[in-house]
Amino acid sequence: MYKVVVPGDFISEAVSRAGEGTYVEEGKVHAARYGIVDERGEIKVVPLSGKYVPAEGDVVIGRIAEISFPFWIVDIASPYEARLHMSEFADTRDEKIEFGSLSRYLDLDDLIVAKVTNVDVMMRVDLALKEDFNLSHGGRLIEIPHTKVPRVIGRNGSMIKMLKEKCNCFIFIAKNGRIWVRGREDEMNLATEAIFKIASESHTSGLTDRVAVFLDSFRLKRAKGRR
Amino acid sequence: MKEGKEKIELIKEGKRLDGRGFDELRPIKIEVGVLKRADGSCYFELGDNKVIAAVYGPREMHPRHAQDAKMAVVKFRYNMAPFSVDDRKRPGPDRRSVEISKVSREALDPVIMREYYPKTAIDVYVEILQSDAGTRTAGINAASVALADAGIPMKDLVSSIAVGKIGGEVVLDLNAMEDNHGEADMPVAMVSRTNTITLLQMDGRLEKEEFERGLKLAMRACHQIYELQRTALIDRYSESVDVGEGEA
Repeated sequence: MYKVVVPGDFISEAVSRAGEGTYVEEGKVHAARYGIVDERGEIKVVPLSGKYVPAEGDVVIGRIAEISFPFWIVDIASPYEARLHMSEFADTRDEKIEFGSLSRYLDLDDLIVAKVTNVDVMMRVDLALKEDFNLSHGGRLIEIPHTKVPRVIGRNGSMIKMLKEKCNCFIFIAKNGRIWVRGREDEMNLATEAIFKIASESHTSGLTDRVAVFLDSFRLKRAKGRR
Repeated sequence: MKEGKEKIELIKEGKRLDGRGFDELRPIKIEVGVLKRADGSCYFELGDNKVIAAVYGPREMHPRHAQDAKMAVVKFRYNMAPFSVDDRKRPGPDRRSVEISKVSREALDPVIMREYYPKTAIDVYVEILQSDAGTRTAGINAASVALADAGIPMKDLVSSIAVGKIGGEVVLDLNAMEDNHGEADMPVAMVSRTNTITLLQMDGRLEKEEFERGLKLAMRACHQIYELQRTALIDRYSESVDVGEGEA
């Protein structure tokens, strides 16, 4: 069962185990956020809402927001914008990128999959392209709060595995809450619906089973429709 | 508050005009997450006060030069709707609302862990839809819940209420009639868990003993309000979800 806490709630006296989303005062661990307590291992409060803050190593889906030579400024669904240096492209091609021609490679509103390579104290965020993920073969972008991402993946990837199998779609989940889905139109619709269901019911238990029932009922309906 | 134009008897047979006792709050209603497009929101009713708070952010701070490299900047706007009072209120910021915005921001500031989001802005908008005295305290209560709802790291929730003096008696939570014809009005905001006062203003005059009694009254009410705020937040995520089979 899950326990919801609000900021200031007393959680435990085990100060040495205080983790993310908590603070310690007078030898006691209190909640620093509105969320769900997780006491396995470190005492954490998993927030139910909030903005994504990039960390080194995160893989994110970004949108080119601005071109400012020699960088692309990338919106990563966060209060902080990220930078992608043009050398990210020059590495793979032999041509020299001229001033003013960055948009030939990535234009405004293009989507990219990138890895956060560095976040400095001034919250400047640097990205590196991940070219093994190519979004140009079609598909659609879904956006959910980044706090729901772990739920969509599920324990040891159980939820995402089920989604992929039952919807027969390629699904890629980025750390910042953006999800890329590629598949047949009706199957993408189903996956989208299922993901939004997971996001809105992320705080409930037995979710994987319920989503399974939801997906199966759809397949049943379709099978009936064919007959 | 100065003497009213005409003397109004605010206390009759040990009860107030609306039938409340001296230490009684007006009915409170709290709803969390009422605005879909805001990052956090709260609707708060205190008697005939109807207030809505919206929180946006942390988001990029504009103008850039106002950024703080070490922490988030909290911006608070208290605004009264033109239709919130009997005589139409001229829209837009005025001396009063600028002051209330400032003191309200400072009432919430001590609990917000601003260092988590350097260079950003956290916008808090409080709209007074209907006013019946005590809107700043209602606004602070609403804003505090909305901030939590937005997932902003905070040390505590802030609760707030006013006390005052009417007809020679120290009473809790004045309504507009009592505020206009009473002798004093004193809004208080505090962190319930630690009894830390984050806002204390006074309009009118109180004896030292009356002040102490009033403060005690307000602090006790803040604890009550805190419980309501907490319950509203917790209930939002404990409503049962339909576990049915879906449609056949």
